[in-house]
Amino acid sequence: MTDAALNGPSSSRVNRIQDSYMVQVRRRRMYGGLTLGIFVLLMVSGFAIADDRNAGGFWDGWRQVLDFPADVMSEAWEKRAEVPGLLVEFFPALLETINIAAASTLIGAMLGLILALLSTRGLAKWPRLIPLFRRIMDIMRAVPEIVIALVLIFILGGGPVPAMIAIAFHTAGALGKLYSEVAENADLKPVEGLGSTGATWSQRMWLGVLPQVAPNFLSYTLLRFEINIRASAILGFVGAGGIGAELRHAMSWGPGRFDEAAAIFLLLFGAIVFFDQLSSRYRNKMIEGQ
Amino acid sequence: MTDAAAHIDASKTSATTLFFRKRVTAFALPAIILAYLFYIVISFDVPGIAKRASLENAGILASDSWSYKVHVTRDNRRGGTSYAIEGERKGAYEEGTHPAWVNPTNADDVIIDLEGDYLVHFLPNNAAVFDIPEFGRIEVQLVDGIIKTNLSEPIPDWVNLSDRRITITTDAGRMSMTSSRTEVHRYFAGWELFWFTLDSPYHGHSLGTIFFGDRIDPTRRNLSGAISDFWNNGMWRHKDVAWAIGETILMAFLGTMGAAMIALPLAFFAAKKFSPFAALRFGMRRIFDFVRGVDALIWTVVLARAFGPGPLTGALAILLTDSGTFGKIFSEALENVDDKQIEGVASTGAKPLQRYRFGVIPQVVPVLLAQILYFLESNTRSATVIGAITGGGIGLMLTQAIQTQKDWEEVAYYIVLIIGVVMLMDWFSGWLRGRLIGGKDGHDAP
Repeated sequence: MTDAALNGPSSSRVNRIQDSYMVQVRRRRMYGGLTLGIFVLLMVSGFAIADDRNAGGFWDGWRQVLDFPADVMSEAWEKRAEVPGLLVEFFPALLETINIAAASTLIGAMLGLILALLSTRGLAKWPRLIPLFRRIMDIMRAVPEIVIALVLIFILGGGPVPAMIAIAFHTAGALGKLYSEVAENADLKPVEGLGSTGATWSQRMWLGVLPQVAPNFLSYTLLRFEINIRASAILGFVGAGGIGAELRHAMSWGPGRFDEAAAIFLLLFGAIVFFDQLSSRYRNKMIEGQ
Repeated sequence: MTDAAAHIDASKTSATTLFFRKRVTAFALPAIILAYLFYIVISFDVPGIAKRASLENAGILASDSWSYKVHVTRDNRRGGTSYAIEGERKGAYEEGTHPAWVNPTNADDVIIDLEGDYLVHFLPNNAAVFDIPEFGRIEVQLVDGIIKTNLSEPIPDWVNLSDRRITITTDAGRMSMTSSRTEVHRYFAGWELFWFTLDSPYHGHSLGTIFFGDRIDPTRRNLSGAISDFWNNGMWRHKDVAWAIGETILMAFLGTMGAAMIALPLAFFAAKKFSPFAALRFGMRRIFDFVRGVDALIWTVVLARAFGPGPLTGALAILLTDSGTFGKIFSEALENVDDKQIEGVASTGAKPLQRYRFGVIPQVVPVLLAQILYFLESNTRSATVIGAITGGGIGLMLTQAIQTQKDWEEVAYYIVLIIGVVMLMDWFSGWLRGRLIGGKDGHDAP
């Protein structure tokens, strides 16, 4: 009976299914292998090109990686009595870097909020202009901070303001997109309710949408703040003020000023870790509080 | 009755306090933000910016980024007049040739037509006249290194005059004279010589003639010759720009992918589910925090000392910072995997490695891929900045072009290219994410 069933038409169907399954598996494996092969090829050739176009090679360089940190550390250790003084000396520069990050996050978040609400389906004031505002955000997001910073430094002179504007511009685009994704899932009933009482568009957004999305918005904003501290330090190095400018200054002196470099490294590292921990704690709190 | 009244009173007071608190926060939050912004305005010296800002620089930037100028220059010491686009050697007209709007009768007697009845005439003995409609004729001559003019007080504000230098700026063009040279700039819209420089035989030919016309340069086929001349354009340096863009993308690609490859195995050691030793977990997490906290800026500075300037240094700096970030994100994703799938795979008799491969990896791959692709796009932007510091890629070219403070059309070109590349990477990573993971377009930010 079972033999008969296996030899019957149903067994041939099982075989067919099995065969086609195996063909599919083999094809999948082949595609997977091919993708992996291309990826490995890209990585290896990319590394070879990068190594070739670098001033110093990778294989010589990696032995010297620790030389510079060791130099800095030994010099800082020799002058360890001065390091606390240097920490105090460079603290205002660090404060400026953090202020640039905070102000640009604040301005960027406010701009991003308006752009996000204007480009969210169901909430937009002018639904026909949604694609326009989305493209504006795409472009703002695509502009690296350094581009705007360098151009503004030429016009406005050095200092914190060009960096602040540059970071705020990019932040508005980046946060706008994230905000818009959150706002898309907001409940529209409160908005309609407010609308029926004759509330204006800004009142509907302020009272109907914002309370719903505030925890997520704040969480994204805090994350942006973290990113912007790094960005503002790095922009300082290319000409805007703050701790980056001090680091560049200390580095350009070379040996003899490495204690200053060490103090700046320490301050920057401490600040990044501190705000990282702070923001992740508050973000967890906000998401849990939902 | 009194009970109900007391109850109503109690809820009334609690409601009043609630309203009061809400009202205070509603006003306090904007007030704090305003106060902070006010502090920023003071501490960043924003009012001082107005004084330091250079409107002249802004004007130069706004006009030069989409226009070019042709320099007509007379050497006041040795004599002789030369013509060059943007005053650059590579844009110079060959000996004996000149732009059509210049009429040289001899080397020291040149009539320059700036159109709209603006006319400059270079005369022998280091003299020049500038005819300006609705103003008249300005005569300038260099006598023993001192500028003499027919201008009398009050001197118009578009003329900048001292003993050693005169600059006359008009809508049609600009003339300046110093002891070393007399120079006229005439402005034209567009990016001149973008395709071919003047020394290329293909300059001034249309696309149609190059494709279908007769051979322009007898030694080369039109298309290959044109492509080679475009590629080796000395003024716009298309070859270098393409390499620089490639380097920037390479930095982002190598850094992101390398970081992901390093972080994935290490993340298992930092995830509670897969790492039984608390000390190891703690150590791993602190390592992630450390490399992330040191930040790309410091890594770049440190690595540039060992590897020198170039794309490899930038790639390694991105790799180090992002292995920390990826390690953190990946280990969080690994802690959230569903045990049921692992148990299911284990029940078939799978060994630990097979359990990871078939029980864990399929669950986390979508999250990881989304993160990696998101970082690929974001790192293209970072690579521009890092390139400016470590000396590689388009970031370096942009910084150099801005520092020379004259090639604003090149700056504009690089900016357009950078934004284009970042948007392309954004689109590409979104497309790839859609293909690999499926689901809606859009990313999960970290």
